[in-house]
Amino acid sequence: MNTMEQQLRTLLDIGRGFEALITWLTANFDGFFDTTRELISAVLQAFQATLLLPGPYLMIALFAGIAFWRSGIGTGIFTLLGMYLIHIMGFWDVTMDTLALVITSVVIALIIGVPLGILAAKNDIVERIVRPVLDVMQTLPAFVYLIPAVLFFQLGAVPGVIATLIFSLPPAVRLTSLGIRQVPGEIREAATAFGSTPMQMLFKAELPVALPTIMAGVNQTIMLALSMVVIAGMIGAGGLGNEVLKGITQLKIGLGFESGISIVILAIFLDRVTQSLGKRN
Amino acid sequence: MSIIEVKNLYKVFGPSPSRAFALIDEGKSKEEILRKTGNTLGINNASFTVEKQETFVIMGLSGSGKSTVIRCLNRLIEPSRGEVLIDGQDIMKMNKWELLQTRRNKLSMVFQQFALLPHRTVLSNVEYGLELSGMEKGEREQRAMKALEQVGLKGYEQQYPSELSGGMQQRVGLARALANDPEVLLMDEAFSALDPLIRTQMQDELIELQASMQKTIIFITHDLDEALKLGDRIAIMKDGEVIQIGTPEQILTNPANDYVRAFVQNVDQTKIITVSSIMLKAPTVGLHKEGPKAAIRKMEQARIPAIMAVDAARKLKGIVTIDDAVRLVREKKDDLTPVVSDQVFTTTPDTPIANLLTTALETSMPVAVLDEEGRLMGVVDRASILAELSKSMEDEETPVPLSEQLDEEATTPGKEA
Repeated sequence: MNTMEQQLRTLLDIGRGFEALITWLTANFDGFFDTTRELISAVLQAFQATLLLPGPYLMIALFAGIAFWRSGIGTGIFTLLGMYLIHIMGFWDVTMDTLALVITSVVIALIIGVPLGILAAKNDIVERIVRPVLDVMQTLPAFVYLIPAVLFFQLGAVPGVIATLIFSLPPAVRLTSLGIRQVPGEIREAATAFGSTPMQMLFKAELPVALPTIMAGVNQTIMLALSMVVIAGMIGAGGLGNEVLKGITQLKIGLGFESGISIVILAIFLDRVTQSLGKRN
Repeated sequence: MSIIEVKNLYKVFGPSPSRAFALIDEGKSKEEILRKTGNTLGINNASFTVEKQETFVIMGLSGSGKSTVIRCLNRLIEPSRGEVLIDGQDIMKMNKWELLQTRRNKLSMVFQQFALLPHRTVLSNVEYGLELSGMEKGEREQRAMKALEQVGLKGYEQQYPSELSGGMQQRVGLARALANDPEVLLMDEAFSALDPLIRTQMQDELIELQASMQKTIIFITHDLDEALKLGDRIAIMKDGEVIQIGTPEQILTNPANDYVRAFVQNVDQTKIITVSSIMLKAPTVGLHKEGPKAAIRKMEQARIPAIMAVDAARKLKGIVTIDDAVRLVREKKDDLTPVVSDQVFTTTPDTPIANLLTTALETSMPVAVLDEEGRLMGVVDRASILAELSKSMEDEETPVPLSEQLDEEATTPGKEA
């Protein structure tokens, strides 16, 4: 490196700039982060409580019923046996913790992602701004934003939700935008020609026609959220991720494998059920 | 009464319509405008009126601007300049709400690729337009059912579009348009995506339906046969301009320029050209006042061997030959009635000429043309029928005498080498 490049490096100290930004944000937006944390925490706890309340047997029956209804007899039986296995292995409560974490992240991801996707579909400028941001969110290694998340929201499940959200939001936005952009021009013309208002266009033509694509996005969001669970365990998010982590750090291979299997069972159940939502009769 | 009036309509696609209009006003050509400003003239000064209850076909090849024109009528595409009057109201001057009401109540559109909503059942698709205007469920279901019945889709209400064939999907599209009970149906290449057999069937059904419902239909097509079959009047477009408007017969018999002429050349004219265009004024004898001598004089004047006999109301009674008339004179009888022969073929003015071929071969007498009340309008003679039929066959390959063929080969030796 010559002197000029060294000077340039001092000028372009991206790392230090990022640090400064984080420090500034923690210092000045303390109240905002606190409120957000409490809000997310409340939602998370509500989901946790709801999932744990009926007890494992009733929930297993319910899950199996949903799987059977949406996806057929095979998935129904798989869910029944798989969930029962989770219960036998003693992971029921942590699995429900994980599910609550996933549901919370996905719900927030959809509340943000679907409207953003609609906006991006309708407006090329929004699309052009949003796309690189989503690229960054998907490719930046999780650990890089895990630390700031802890700085903002302290240790626990809430930064886990935030990290999961960052990782799983992009497909919801992308596929909503794609789905709406793919609505055939003639269907849009028909909607206009029969006298649609802009709202009627969106809710009676565009969104229903785009629904299968949007649901594929929801499915992807859920899958990505689940894959983030283990990493979220590192910052004390609890759930199955924590068990896997214990298995790794304490060299308990059996524990790691069993909790890993639980994640897989949960993933297959969620995948089959959400895939079926996008299909038309 | 005209329901749609289009006056001096222009549509300019491109970066700077105002610059294009400056050149248009200078009378520059379409090519020049494209070269100088990068603007494409989609519609170039189109004007036409559509009468109530008529089927008005706009015909042209792709790129002729026909689809742009129909989309200007309901402002799916904003016209750049000109007037579009619907029931006397300028659609360009309507505010959002008025435009919405016009689209909901006056104009319905049928699309080339059907444009049905895949997530809705057939019934729910047909209800769509009514649902948009806020009609309550029971009433719109009733009207949708009626529309489905009209297009022959009763019993398919609960199916999804993907479960239907193309022809049936387009019936749903048609029913959806009819359910709104619009004044005008805009049909954009509505049958072009269907295979030929189904297309013909749909055309027939549209004609039948139109006979009972009497809507105003504006039909876009690139298919001349379809245009001639469906249209009461046809507008032919090329490069954004309307180059001729007329009845099918006017277009065929009197093409405005070479472009139209080239177009209509391949049409089997005898199926389109009707008796009325080759009908001749026929001399007649009135049985109530004229006798054999008058009949003979008229036949001599017109140089014909037989004459049509009519009564006081010009109703056709039969035909009198010159031989019979002469015989009556010789027998000194005054009444023609006993020799009036009913051995005469009759037809109507709107019969296609092709239908007369067998008759023309069978009889040497002229064919009488009658109106609905049986009154004589004129005659067509054998010669003109055969002449018209042979005219349409001119372009086809005729047999070549062998001698000519041999001569030709002899004069062009070594052609193969």
